[in-house]
Amino acid sequence: MGEREYDASSYAPPAEVEEMELPHPKGFFGKYVWSQDAKVIAVQYGLTATAIGLVALVLSLLMRLQLGFPNSLSLIDPGSYLQYVTMHGMIMVVYLLTAIFLGGFGNYLIPLMCGARDMVFPYLNMLSYWIYLASVLILVAGFFVAGGSTGAGWTLYPPQAISPGTPGVDTGIVLMLVSLAVFIVGFTMGGLNYVVTVLQARTRGMTLMRLPLTVWGIFMATVMALLAFPALFVAVLMMLMDRLIGTSFFMPEMLSMGESSDHRGGSPLLFQHLFWFFGHPEVYIVALPAFGIVSDLIATHARKNIFGYRMMVWAIIIIGALSFVVWAHHMYVSGMSPYFGFLFATTTLIIAVPTAIKVYNWVLTLWRGNIRLTLPMLFAIGFLFTFVNGGLSGLFLGNVTVDVPLSDTYFVVGHFHMVMAVAPILVIFGAIYHWYPKITGRMLDETLGKVHFWITFLGTYVIYYPMHFMGLEGVPRRYYAYGETTFISDSVQSLNAVITVAAFIVALAQLLFLFNLAWSYFRGREAGSNPWQATTLEWQTPHTPPRHGNFGKALPIVYRWPYDYSVPGVKQDFIPQNVPPEAVERESDTRRGGER
Amino acid sequence: MTVTLVLVVLMMAAFAGWLFRQSFNVRPWVAASARGQLPAPIPPSVTAPRVGLGVLLAVVTSVFALTVSAYLMRREMGADWQSPPLPGLLWGNTLALALASLALQVAWQAARRGATRRLHQALAVGGGLTLAFLVGQLVVWRQLEAAGYYLSSNPANAFFYLLTALHAAHLLGGLVAWGRVLARLHGGAGALRQRAGVELCALYWHFLLLVWALVFGLMLSS
Amino acid sequence: MAIALIMLATGSVLFYFLSPWQLTPLASNWGAIDRTISISFWVTGVVFVAVTLFMVVALLRYRDRGQRRAHYEPENKRLELWLTAITTLGIAALLAPGLFVWGDFVRVPDDAHEVEVVGQQWHWSFRFPGEDGAFGAARNGLVDDANPYGLVADDPHGRDDILVETPRVLLPVDRPVKLILRSKDVLHNFKVAPFRAKMDAIPGQHTYFWFTPTRTGEFEAVCAELCGIAHFAMRARVEVVEPETFDDWLGEQPTFAELAGRQADPEAGAEQFATCVSCHGPRGGGRQENDAPRLAGLNSDYVARQLRNFRMGARGEREADRFGQQMRPFAISLEDQQVENLAAYIETLPVEPTPTTIIGDARRGKALYRSCANCHGAAGLGRTAFRAPRLAGMNDWYLVRQLQHFRAGIRGRHPRDAYGNQMVDMAQILVDDAAVRDVVAHINRLAEPAMAEGREPEE
Repeated sequence: MGEREYDASSYAPPAEVEEMELPHPKGFFGKYVWSQDAKVIAVQYGLTATAIGLVALVLSLLMRLQLGFPNSLSLIDPGSYLQYVTMHGMIMVVYLLTAIFLGGFGNYLIPLMCGARDMVFPYLNMLSYWIYLASVLILVAGFFVAGGSTGAGWTLYPPQAISPGTPGVDTGIVLMLVSLAVFIVGFTMGGLNYVVTVLQARTRGMTLMRLPLTVWGIFMATVMALLAFPALFVAVLMMLMDRLIGTSFFMPEMLSMGESSDHRGGSPLLFQHLFWFFGHPEVYIVALPAFGIVSDLIATHARKNIFGYRMMVWAIIIIGALSFVVWAHHMYVSGMSPYFGFLFATTTLIIAVPTAIKVYNWVLTLWRGNIRLTLPMLFAIGFLFTFVNGGLSGLFLGNVTVDVPLSDTYFVVGHFHMVMAVAPILVIFGAIYHWYPKITGRMLDETLGKVHFWITFLGTYVIYYPMHFMGLEGVPRRYYAYGETTFISDSVQSLNAVITVAAFIVALAQLLFLFNLAWSYFRGREAGSNPWQATTLEWQTPHTPPRHGNFGKALPIVYRWPYDYSVPGVKQDFIPQNVPPEAVERESDTRRGGER
Repeated sequence: MTVTLVLVVLMMAAFAGWLFRQSFNVRPWVAASARGQLPAPIPPSVTAPRVGLGVLLAVVTSVFALTVSAYLMRREMGADWQSPPLPGLLWGNTLALALASLALQVAWQAARRGATRRLHQALAVGGGLTLAFLVGQLVVWRQLEAAGYYLSSNPANAFFYLLTALHAAHLLGGLVAWGRVLARLHGGAGALRQRAGVELCALYWHFLLLVWALVFGLMLSS
Repeated sequence: MAIALIMLATGSVLFYFLSPWQLTPLASNWGAIDRTISISFWVTGVVFVAVTLFMVVALLRYRDRGQRRAHYEPENKRLELWLTAITTLGIAALLAPGLFVWGDFVRVPDDAHEVEVVGQQWHWSFRFPGEDGAFGAARNGLVDDANPYGLVADDPHGRDDILVETPRVLLPVDRPVKLILRSKDVLHNFKVAPFRAKMDAIPGQHTYFWFTPTRTGEFEAVCAELCGIAHFAMRARVEVVEPETFDDWLGEQPTFAELAGRQADPEAGAEQFATCVSCHGPRGGGRQENDAPRLAGLNSDYVARQLRNFRMGARGEREADRFGQQMRPFAISLEDQQVENLAAYIETLPVEPTPTTIIGDARRGKALYRSCANCHGAAGLGRTAFRAPRLAGMNDWYLVRQLQHFRAGIRGRHPRDAYGNQMVDMAQILVDDAAVRDVVAHINRLAEPAMAEGREPEE
């Protein structure tokens, strides 16, 4: 057997984890509001992120109304259009995706999957959520101040972000910057927790190479976020100083509303470097947890081990490391020294290799599997298809020459929505359908779920795929209206109308999903503790939903990796991680030992 | 961005290297036997708070590295860069911070030996010197302002204020932790029980001393 | 699921071939960029189809139908190595041509002539180096109405620089051109889709790109970097012409020295103004019964530009603009210098109160005016730098008519109306006549405090 290999990574968690005293809460408030239980915090994160995400969804619909049927609503003027663009982007990227993957799924799954009672620093964890909530509230306050929220685009490029001529330049931008700074502080608290929990609080036998890929993805994303968010933090501080006390970090000698401003000698490009030093890893901060989760969804529902587990882990590590050296591919036409183009195009395309490997391994996992087309599986396949599409269009934009005509067009909009919006959100949905039974003890309704899936999957494809071709024609992004631009064909307008209609249908389908969440909470089918016959530890808890402390009296001991599906010679087609080889039921005793 | 790039790449490389070492020769699909030995516990020196501090310091490193990168990038860019004169008081402040760091080292050793009185004294001295450093920095700001080196007059000034303020803010954060340890000691907690807290403070102070030395050196060089 | 995937994949591929939206016809030397795009399409297309088909087959063959079990195979080193190698090859095939073309993109040919493109909120202007072939130094801090390029006055290189202030530039065909970009305020990006190349313009530094126009014709330049609320209306026209036409055109454009020496004589303009009095009133106050708007309060820049527009048929050329057509003959009768003089005189006329004739919801108008304020100013006094005329105190019936004309494209659509087409885009924000009246009602209110100087505005 495997004892010898095992020593190579010999590891056991410190004994104190098992004896860890958890602050057991009292009363409703202690349990659900000021809770220090990672599972409750996870739900709090999830609900807050969903709520603010719905705001961003409405904003996107308003944008679509203007684009599909221009100049028909006097509510939307060019200023408010830009405000919608900005807030939609920022909310979706930071306050929804980052928060829900790391704060939501990270909090729920890390302790359960590692076999820990809770996060290592529960108090800090609670604080992290409340600070996140504060940042959301500050952000939302931007809608209500005079001048409204900022309309600088989610990239907040100076000088424009803090110069007149942009909406929200008085208060909106300040609130946005403060909110980001607060978010980063809160996130750092949470992030510390996730990393240290994975490193320190794994249960006995849970070596790094026995972690489910979900944990790997979230873990690596958190490490990256911890190193990348400081860039945004510094940039935000510097911009706040430029805006409030008249420094010139990013502000050159320039005109402001036709008059010479007091700024001297700042560099707008400096901000772009800082921003994208954060911004590019941010893409993978969102993508890696999605990669991890989808790996587990595919393995579980195809009843097959994830193909090339080690390669998957290494790909995650390599992607994480490489993503720090590709940031300037967002700046090919920004006016930085064009010689950077050679370097960054190369690093960017190199990162495509480990990403491609991940895709191969997912589809190879399906191959010769025993595919159950459950809801999570549907979403996982939807993710694969969308991600392949979005990833391939990324090869256009990463390649510096090809990027020149395509940057700042709808090709970019189509690309990043496919790869960074639709793909991760399909994973989020899949993950919710997958883990909802564990969180609430009830299954989500299957019919509603299928309707939700098909509308979302096909609808988003109709929305974003044609956008690439608009971009090919040169249609610029962040335009309030196109008027009679000569190089844009008239049919683009009809296409825009079609996209708007599709967007509304997709948005309606999300209401269906919310209804399903609420309805199934009370009326859903009882799930039992392990409805998907999965191997990972969260499905082996004594109670469903798991109680505070997760695992009852004794922490589970882990004997195997999380992908023991359809092991030959074993009676059932899955072996949970905490089942020792001796306890595995075999089909016949002649093949004792079960060497594979 | 070169500084950050090098630092982050080094951090990521070290981390990825460690992960690879953990995973390279492992065949994850092979199960362990219940009759086999339980794997050896990780070294007792690697406690969660220590790892937590390590991660935090990595984050802080990233913050300072990025600010310094921005500083260097900006400095190389324009002829309009005029470094402010560095008041002599900064040397005094540096000394205060170094002594504070030393005092906390003494406190840590005292805590390990369980010498409560000595711990108490060393902690108080360390905190006091840190406060002296902060007040000193404030005086430096006033001096510069009085001499007409305002925040907004030159990017070099703005960077000076930004870097010193960031550093001071981190020290203030450290003082909160320091205050908690001190309060617990006053509340009658034994020195041994406060060992972990004192140790984290000491390490944090050493780190910030190092950061200050680098920042100060950088500003001296320009 | 499998069927859906097949349909999506076929649909996507068909869409690529059948879509009416393709690259705009190339008009520069960057055919190589188009080739890299098609290489990318072919490589990625093949991968896309292959991966999708693989998934489809897997879904069809390996669905759970009860009795079968999944195959057990933790990993397959050879297969993984092969796949990695093939992917690396594919990536290299994409990257290599890209890098070669980028090498050309970065290196400007020696025989390229230089044109400076200056971006500002929200229009473009251009500068040619003049006879000495070198640009004079410029700084944003020096920019004012008299020196819109911020040229350093005593730089000898600057004196012969040719300034093209209106957003229309001519380029000779088949001659490489290096565009040097800078910005006066925020980031902009000069993009002409058929040329393929583009680059950001940044305040405080110069950026560049080059291309060779290969086809004569008129092309539209847009701004491709978000620059504030009128980003979408920031356009310019690039006309690629035969070299002779270009030389003639360039010869007509003023140099910096000429512009600085040019002076208008308001007193001479006063004589010209005698003709205007009969319709526009003795002090240019406007007369509704003649459908003649107020002139007093408009600055010389705007008046001169409109007179030139009337003269060259860029305004008042459409039948629908009846009163504009009436204005044309008067404008045509003026000579260049007379236009300048007249405009200078009109600028000196005092602004007097004007009766209100429009009823609208000023409160709603105030919200609508938010967009207008960015160029015309919160008080409606106009801003020369934005080429935006004064609104406060103008005849409200005239404002309504002009807004309706802009909205319908009766005014401002002419390609030579330099800033009018921007106003067309902006006027379309007003979705109906009620919105037009509302915003004018708000402008009427702006006039009140502006009229009675010294009195505190009531809020």
